[in-house]
Amino acid sequence: MNNLSKALMLVAALALTGCNKPGSGAGSGGGIETISLGSPSDPTSNAYFQGSVGDRVFFDVDQSTLTAQAREILELQASWLQGNASYNIVIEGHADEQGTREYNLALGARRASAVQDYLTTVGINLNRMRTVSYGKERPVEICSIEDCYARNRRSVTVLTE
Amino acid sequence: MTLFGLTLSHKLGIFRLTAALILAFGAQMGAVWAQNGPLRIEITQGVIEPLPIAVPGFVAENAAALDYAAKISRVIAEDMAGTGLFREIPVSAHISRISAFNDPIAFADWKAVNAQALVVGAVFVQGVTATVKFRLIDVFSGQQMGEGLQFSGPVGIWRRTAHKVADAAYSRLTGENGYFDSRVVFVAETGAKNKRAKRLAIMDYDGANVEYLTDDKSIVLAPRLSSEGDKILFTSYKTDFPKIYMMDLARKSVVSLADQKGTMAFSPRFAPDGKSVIYSLEKGGNTDIYALNLASGASRQLTNAPSIETAPSFSPDGSKIVFESDRSGGQQIYIMDANGQNLRRVSSGQGRYGTPVWSPRGDLIAFTKQNQGRFHIGVMRIDGSEERLLTASFLDEGPTWAPNGRVIMFTRETSGATGKSSLYSVDISGRNLKRAKTEGAASDPAWSPLLP
Repeated sequence: MNNLSKALMLVAALALTGCNKPGSGAGSGGGIETISLGSPSDPTSNAYFQGSVGDRVFFDVDQSTLTAQAREILELQASWLQGNASYNIVIEGHADEQGTREYNLALGARRASAVQDYLTTVGINLNRMRTVSYGKERPVEICSIEDCYARNRRSVTVLTE
Repeated sequence: MTLFGLTLSHKLGIFRLTAALILAFGAQMGAVWAQNGPLRIEITQGVIEPLPIAVPGFVAENAAALDYAAKISRVIAEDMAGTGLFREIPVSAHISRISAFNDPIAFADWKAVNAQALVVGAVFVQGVTATVKFRLIDVFSGQQMGEGLQFSGPVGIWRRTAHKVADAAYSRLTGENGYFDSRVVFVAETGAKNKRAKRLAIMDYDGANVEYLTDDKSIVLAPRLSSEGDKILFTSYKTDFPKIYMMDLARKSVVSLADQKGTMAFSPRFAPDGKSVIYSLEKGGNTDIYALNLASGASRQLTNAPSIETAPSFSPDGSKIVFESDRSGGQQIYIMDANGQNLRRVSSGQGRYGTPVWSPRGDLIAFTKQNQGRFHIGVMRIDGSEERLLTASFLDEGPTWAPNGRVIMFTRETSGATGKSSLYSVDISGRNLKRAKTEGAASDPAWSPLLP
């Protein structure tokens, strides 16, 4: 890896620090401890989990069914979590803005729960996991077209210690 | 707001409606009305042309009242004109001046400017008390409508006194209860769309006297008032997980409700008697509706289905609950008895129906509808008939009823990266759509009952 790409990865890691807490860090304080990201080149680091394993999966409109691609990512997450047993996780469920607030909270909970159920079936102990829904309260993309909506209909697996 | 510490301590009855019939307008009035028919505006028929009214500056009966007299008559005029049912004839166009409360009315002068109704008032301030009296004149019949009324209250809450007067005038002209002396609790928003900060706030219905109730460190959602207006239920992410809380407005004290580990609680609403709370509880990805007895702390499950059941709202008599469910495949509105029995579907049209709220009059359900990429606020009868969409936009949601069941406030959010939420209100006729005054972006309004 040359110096430029290392520098870029570092920038990327810094940009991701905001994603370390549930709710992508924005405005949500309270009970979840912050953990260090570590180096993206350290395969046991949070940064590596977010960047190389993939911390999120996406959903179709108004759906909580896992796509084949989502299951692949969750299997990678599961094997990483098995190798890094000191981490627990909070699974965040999110919805796009096309929906009422209450319904989207419930929909986000369905999505987080679908992820938790799948991680259970691939060997992650239930007591390492918690779910939370943010409904449409924490979009990562802010445009009001399908490109953005597709990236907001997500679950994010957040590592905790 | 400070002198008597009126931080919503209105239960103490700060206003005494002294109903001091201001003499000289006696029993013969009723007969006159019966002959001529009272001036009356029918809201339900949809007013095309607002009724012209005049609100000349109230008479200051002593030097201390000068400033208040001017301000109080302005608030009354704004209340009346703000309904869209009345149009104020500007004071600059008035021919006649009112120089004393009981002066004879120069009817010809008010007819000349086409004032159909005239609000005459006077203010007297002694120490910390403002006394406001008013009478309402039907200009073209040359008669006073109803008795004169007098309100006494602390000068610090002169705006409420003005709203009381306007409520009385509105009520006499429309035959409906007023809604001006009321408050709205809402979520004040700041920051970009992907890092929105939210805090609870409360204001007068017209945007005055804003008070922030929480800081913006945690997401707060959908506050709801008790029917006494003294407590607020809301959802907060204070612990990083959504839970429901109850705030005592006078004391600003907050307690956590329905806290079960591993679950998520949201969408709370009071029963009309204030003794229980209905809310949504999510367990293992499935959301159902529960009722919590506030005295005992006992929770009871009211729905039990693998679908999403949320956004419950009681009927005004407390006997039924309207809510949304996607058990049919998409969001639709259902009604059940308060114990969870006798469930039936109410909505049947195209699209998705959510956030139903029972009208305080009991006759209508307001809802959010999504159809073909647009959001609407609408109303329907409780059997689902006579659906009427009142608004359309990129994102309208979360209706709340004015205390008289004639006006609905809701959240409207604009689209795109710079999208922001605002509060809007609209008549149930679909007329008079307008933005409510808030300092910044705002969402999730809940309208209080009329203050006592």
